[in-house]
Order: sequence, then C-alpha cells, then structure tokens
Amino acid sequence: MDENINILELCKKPEQIEKAKRVSSEWSRSDYSGSIKCRISNSFRMKYKIKPGLYAVGEPDANSEVFASANYKLSFDVLRKALSGLSAWILVLDTKGINVWCAAAKGTFGTKELVRRIDGVKLGNFLNHRRIILPQLGAVGVNADSVFKRTGFKVYFGPVYAKDIKAYLNAGRRKTAEMRKIKFSMLDRLILTPREVIPAMNKFIIFAVIILLFFGIQPTGILFKSAWVYGEPFLLLGLASITAGSFITPVFLPFIPFRSFALKGWITGILLTVPVIFLFNSPELKNILIFSATILFFPMASSYLALQFTGSTTFTNMSGVKKELKTALPVYLISAVISIVLLIIYKLHKLAVI
Amino acid sequence: MKYLKNVSSLKFFAEKCTNCLVCIDVCPHEVFKLKNKKVVVADKDLCMECGACALNCKYGAIAVNSGVGCATGIINGMLTGGEPSCDCGGSASSECC
Repeated sequence: MDENINILELCKKPEQIEKAKRVSSEWSRSDYSGSIKCRISNSFRMKYKIKPGLYAVGEPDANSEVFASANYKLSFDVLRKALSGLSAWILVLDTKGINVWCAAAKGTFGTKELVRRIDGVKLGNFLNHRRIILPQLGAVGVNADSVFKRTGFKVYFGPVYAKDIKAYLNAGRRKTAEMRKIKFSMLDRLILTPREVIPAMNKFIIFAVIILLFFGIQPTGILFKSAWVYGEPFLLLGLASITAGSFITPVFLPFIPFRSFALKGWITGILLTVPVIFLFNSPELKNILIFSATILFFPMASSYLALQFTGSTTFTNMSGVKKELKTALPVYLISAVISIVLLIIYKLHKLAVI
Repeated sequence: MKYLKNVSSLKFFAEKCTNCLVCIDVCPHEVFKLKNKKVVVADKDLCMECGACALNCKYGAIAVNSGVGCATGIINGMLTGGEPSCDCGGSASSECC
C-alpha cells in the first residue's frame, strides 16, 4: 500500500512543470517575419521580447537538460528551433529584450539574474540533476563558479551557436574547437548592414537640406533650379560615402587593406568619390576650392561611417577602437571645418562678396 | 579577421594558472591554447576584450579591461564623461544592441 502511494506521489508532476509554458520548436510565419523585421527596425527590435521564466520544448521531465536564454525573442526562437526533436527546458532570463552576448556585456545576462531565475522557478525542486547549459557567449556576464556556489547548479558553457547543440549533447556535453569559435561571415555582415545604412540615411536628409540650401542661395534669393543643378553631384557623393562606409566596408571587410576601420572606410570612400567626381565633370567640381573640399570631406565621411561598424563586429576590442578614435576624431573635425571654410569662401566669391 | 596589433589589454599571469582550461572553454577567438600541457596565450591580437575568461578564472590568472568596442558607444562615453556605453542616443530607454 505504502509503495502505491509513493508511486502516485512520484507520478504527480510538480507544480513547476505544470506551470512551464509549452512552446513548439517550429517557427510560425510571424516568427519568420519578426526575424527579418528586427534586423531592419530598431524600434521593432527593442520591443521583440518574451516573458522571462521557464518554458518547455517537447515533453521534458526531471532528467531533461535546461538551457538558459535571453528574452530577446529572436535569441529564444533560434534556441527553440535548434531543439527540435528534443525535450528540454528553457530558462529565459530578463535581459530587457537584448540578445545573450550584448546582454552579458551589459550584465543583464549575468550571474545575479541567472541565480534569481533559478531560485524563482525553483529549478532545483523538480530536477533530478543540477546542470544548466548556457550559450558560450553568456560567459561574458556569468561567473559559473559563483552560480554553483549560490544555487548548486553547475553551469556548462555550451556551443556559441544553437545549431551545434545536438552535436554537443551527443558528444556528452563536449565542444569541439570549432563549436567555440565565433564567426563573422559575409552573410553575417550583410545582414547587419541595414542597421548601418538606415541611421546614415537619416543623417543624409540633414546633409541634403544643407547642400540644397547652400547651392540654392543666389543673389536673387533661393533658387530651386540652381539648388538642384549644382547640388545634385554632392547629394550623389553623399550617397556614395554611405554606400562605401556603411555597406561596402562592412560586407567586404577582410578584403579591404589595413586593420583600422577608419582607414578601410577612407579607402572605400576615395574609391567611390573619385569616379563620381569624374562622372559629373561639372564646372563646380573643377573649382579648386570645391574639389579640395569634396576630396577632403566625402572619403572622411565614409571613414567615420565605417568606424561605426566596430560596434557590430565580433572581433574588435575597446582598446583598439579608443586608439582609432584618438587619431580619427581630430582628423574628422579638422577636415570637416576646412571643408566648410572652403565652401564658404567659394560661395562668397561666387556671390561676388569677395 | 584580426583587429589592431598590440592593443588588447589582456594580461595572463602564468604563475597563478592551474590549467583548469576554463579560459579555453569560454574564449570565442582561440586566444588561449594548450602547449606542453600548459595554458599559454596563443595570439593576443585575436582578443576582443569580452572579459569572459577573466570573469570565469577562479584563480585570478587573467586580467582584461573589458568593455564595448563600439565607436558610437565610446563617443557617447566621451560626451557624457562616463564609461563607454552601447546605449545609443545617450538616454536609458534607447538601447541599441
């Protein structure tokens, strides 16, 4: 009789297991469209969150593995997709909707939050083991030893990419050297370019207004025709700088000479600026003042934009970016000032003031 | 892909190292390797200063000045006079990465 009661007790699922939200490892149409939208729109991405807590994929039980993830929905979706065919728990931390790596650097995917979640869902109460698998990049914010001391759970830093999880589990939670490495393929870089180009285009609108006003101002007032006729080559040069700095440099990154992003951006910038100048061959561009300002300003704008990409790469470091900025920022400021002065001298000359 | 030469702030104190290999496990750039059963720095220029190794080394054998390697973030830090931060736009509500 006693035995029967024990069996019944064992068969009864603990409350935590019942409470865990069940999710599919399949992606719906909205999951796919969301994964694209969050690459394009900052505001969409910032709201692409799920509720932190415990989730269940498949039919997990007390012996199933536990994976930790961020509450950025794309991070969570990539993980659950990689777990198709498996039964596992996913413990979602509150990372304010930020992906694992960035959140780990900010500290939100960190020791404190992990400990809080493990305690919060009473993970220890319904599991027969004390293991939790984290994405390797979570190690930036999580001190495994400290988590063990505070919760009894042993942190395993799994593979960098969720797609390697099955191979990792099959190998007995062992990673190959390849599973530890972060990659940065041309496709990875291409996917990141909208986030470079779109903010640059917002700045371009201001630039365009200034250029059109500058060339539109004539002794007789602001003329739309002269604004467009004289301004057009400069608008295209501006677009060329954005193409060079925010698109070509990121996509072709390893193929552009020099390690410095500022130099890489300057090179692609000059390579695009010169053909555009010759393509137009306008009398304005032949003016030495305008020509000098153009050669000075546009490759430099491309250099500045290329340097912004350091924030999206997987291999640049803070010390290096600081070093680049130390030289680049004064150069940018001085070049911009000289360009503006040259343009003003030209304009005053044109208006026959001097 | 490698970034600038000799800029990483990574410091490895071999005398404190117990060869537990946690650094090799967490480093996404193979900065550390085993040589004659001892952990050594294979290539410091590969280090992106993420800080995972230093945070997880129980023995204090690694030190690195970790932080955001993002130009916008560092410029924001310079303007606000604080630490480099990747919260674009400077306000706490608009975080970018």
